[in-house]
Amino acid sequence: MDHSDTQAIEKNIRRAVMVFVILMVLTVVTVLAAQVDLGHTVNIVVALLIATVKGSLVAAYFMHLIDEKQVIYWVLILCAVFCVFMLGLLMFTNADGITL
Amino acid sequence: MLIPYTIEARPDTGLNNAKLGIWLFLASEVMLFGALFSSYILLRVNDPAWPPGSEYLNWKLAMANTFVLIASSITVILSWGNFQLKNPKKGRMYLGITLLCAFIFLVIKYFEYSAKFQKGLFPSENTFLAIYFTLTGLHGLHVVGGIVVMIYFYGPGFKMWNTQPERFTNRIEVCGLYWHFVDLVWIFLFPVLYLL
Repeated sequence: MDHSDTQAIEKNIRRAVMVFVILMVLTVVTVLAAQVDLGHTVNIVVALLIATVKGSLVAAYFMHLIDEKQVIYWVLILCAVFCVFMLGLLMFTNADGITL
Repeated sequence: MLIPYTIEARPDTGLNNAKLGIWLFLASEVMLFGALFSSYILLRVNDPAWPPGSEYLNWKLAMANTFVLIASSITVILSWGNFQLKNPKKGRMYLGITLLCAFIFLVIKYFEYSAKFQKGLFPSENTFLAIYFTLTGLHGLHVVGGIVVMIYFYGPGFKMWNTQPERFTNRIEVCGLYWHFVDLVWIFLFPVLYLL
């Protein structure tokens, strides 16, 4: 292993530690934001926004998706398409208003 | 039998097989949890009397668990990093800390569940508790799965380091990817179930 490899690994670790600190702070922000009454819908949107930011940080840096091979992106894009389709289908069924 | 591409990347995908394999598995996991989250949304929007999570759940314990899981994510990265830097002692130590965090998570979960059961709150009580136990129970099973894998790498599986250190390092990376996914799911479960 040459010097530049070692430096790259150490840089990745430092970056991950920084992300870790941000995630801890955002967890506290999530709890604080939920305790402020912004109205039911706004509270939900804010909590989900923070969770999305946290989730993206985990995926991008901890799972190092920010610097990954294309084939993984295609797998995940396909997966996202199916997920949206599944949720969409459920929503359409729900909009029919059929009750049992 | 020699398994190909455990260390070097396949020329067509640019990845070793373990990494492609774990991502395909994680994609199926996204579908699994995606289906359950969709169910949650549907159940919630159709229930005019959906209780706030705080009515039944202890958000303080869940917040502690969030800290524990995020901490375990960074320790598994430190473990992988140290194995990459050919520092197996430290790598194994951080893997051990990750394991410890995973156990702490389960212990906190045990207290949370037993408090519900003592009050007679079971999944059959109402829709909220049914989806709560389903989502957190499935997530808990994933934590148990991660523990089993990490115990193997910490214990008997560690001997691979002496013969094939790069392959072992790849295994820790793949194990870490799974573990981060478990963390990611919890990041969404926490506000959705406990705070909203």
